[in-house]
Amino acid sequence: MPRTPASAMLLMYRRDLVLAFRHWDQIAQPVVFFAMVTTLFPLAISPELGQLRELAGGILWVAALLAALLGLEFLFRADHADGTLEQMMISGQPLALLAIAKGAAHWTACGLPLVLASPLLAISLGVPGAALCTVVVSLALGTGILSALGAIGAALTLGLRRGSVLLSLLVLPLAMPALIFGARAIDMAIHDEQATGPLLLLAAMLVLAVTLAPLAIAAALRISAE
Amino acid sequence: MNWTWLHKFASPPHAYRLAGRLAPWFGWPAFVLIVVGLYGGFVLAPPDYQQGEGFRILYVHAPSAWMSMFVYATMSVAAAIGLVWRIKLAHAVAAASAPIGAWFTFAALATGSLWGKPMWGTWWVWDARLTSELILLFLYLGYMALRASIDDRDRADRASAVLALVGVVNLPIIHYSVYWWNTLHQGATISKIGKPSITGDMLWPLLTMLLAFTLYYGAVMLVRLRAEILRRERDASWLREELKP
Repeated sequence: MPRTPASAMLLMYRRDLVLAFRHWDQIAQPVVFFAMVTTLFPLAISPELGQLRELAGGILWVAALLAALLGLEFLFRADHADGTLEQMMISGQPLALLAIAKGAAHWTACGLPLVLASPLLAISLGVPGAALCTVVVSLALGTGILSALGAIGAALTLGLRRGSVLLSLLVLPLAMPALIFGARAIDMAIHDEQATGPLLLLAAMLVLAVTLAPLAIAAALRISAE
Repeated sequence: MNWTWLHKFASPPHAYRLAGRLAPWFGWPAFVLIVVGLYGGFVLAPPDYQQGEGFRILYVHAPSAWMSMFVYATMSVAAAIGLVWRIKLAHAVAAASAPIGAWFTFAALATGSLWGKPMWGTWWVWDARLTSELILLFLYLGYMALRASIDDRDRADRASAVLALVGVVNLPIIHYSVYWWNTLHQGATISKIGKPSITGDMLWPLLTMLLAFTLYYGAVMLVRLRAEILRRERDASWLREELKP
């Protein structure tokens, strides 16, 4: 019986999550990396909380950005290697929608843990309790954007030698606007300002990324899997 | 509608010959205009009332910055044409353009930094325009890196075309967010010197240089396109005929 695109997406999402949770180390690694990079900054700059607080927005965002890049390489690799990707393409389901489902599963497995870990790391950098909500929201939106942009890069570099370095080169410039607004939102919240403006802009970027990126991902997958 | 002219135009032998014939028509006017423009800019134009002689780097800086964006736009249009209509020549144009665009971007950054030293007192300022120019350079480098790391030519063409299009959608977002970021962080930056309305004898060399740089890009692109066609068609029989002494 032919499936509707929505149920195919749901199936894809559930399958990817099941596969992700069977490799719990792949979920844990980015979080540990996130925590480690965040720890580097107090060691490199100063243990004084007042000084770290001024930099907290930037530190959290740069660390999360790098951690989010780690998992991207594996997004399509296994499916490409065992032929699942080709089955997806000839399944008759819109590849762009399946790409959304895969991206969403990737975010749940890689982005969400970073978001959940962020309040703890934010407190360790001296971020006041009132700003923690902004930290979580800005990183939740930001990791979503990164998953969408990163999936384009992962699809383009699929199966290439030294693909992971290339992936970072391709994705980081595209992610810079999100970094600007995300770090800015946290910075404003730390200084007791309304952070709604940058957060809304971040949300707009997420909407744009989720709308347009799947088309690019699907095109890139078709090119790479030929 | 009859599209045969397009296919003839896009066929490698025809494009190869046409590019060879057109290149001097771009190259020589570019050379003459650069000489005229530089003479006008460096000698004839009066020194700026605020910036003195230092402003003259504008005659290289502004055209380079303009070309860095113009070439990216050309490259993405060529990439889109190649992707949609599967015209290989369009991909070759994009491939030939990328390094030129990257060098123009680099030239804009280098001259901007040279200009910054006397004007702002430092080599580098995180000025909105300089920063977005730097990100543009990263986009060029990513494009070229992706192209270089894929061995299969067809895949390299199409994958880098997708990347160019993703980049072109992102460029306005990057530009405006960098602008916003900078205006929010104002204070450390020395505010840009208020733009005085430029006088005619300062303006015409600038416009001449703009035109000259555009023609120069045309000439270099055509020569690089010929090299690109040679590389792609190295096994073709028409090429053996063509190159027969």
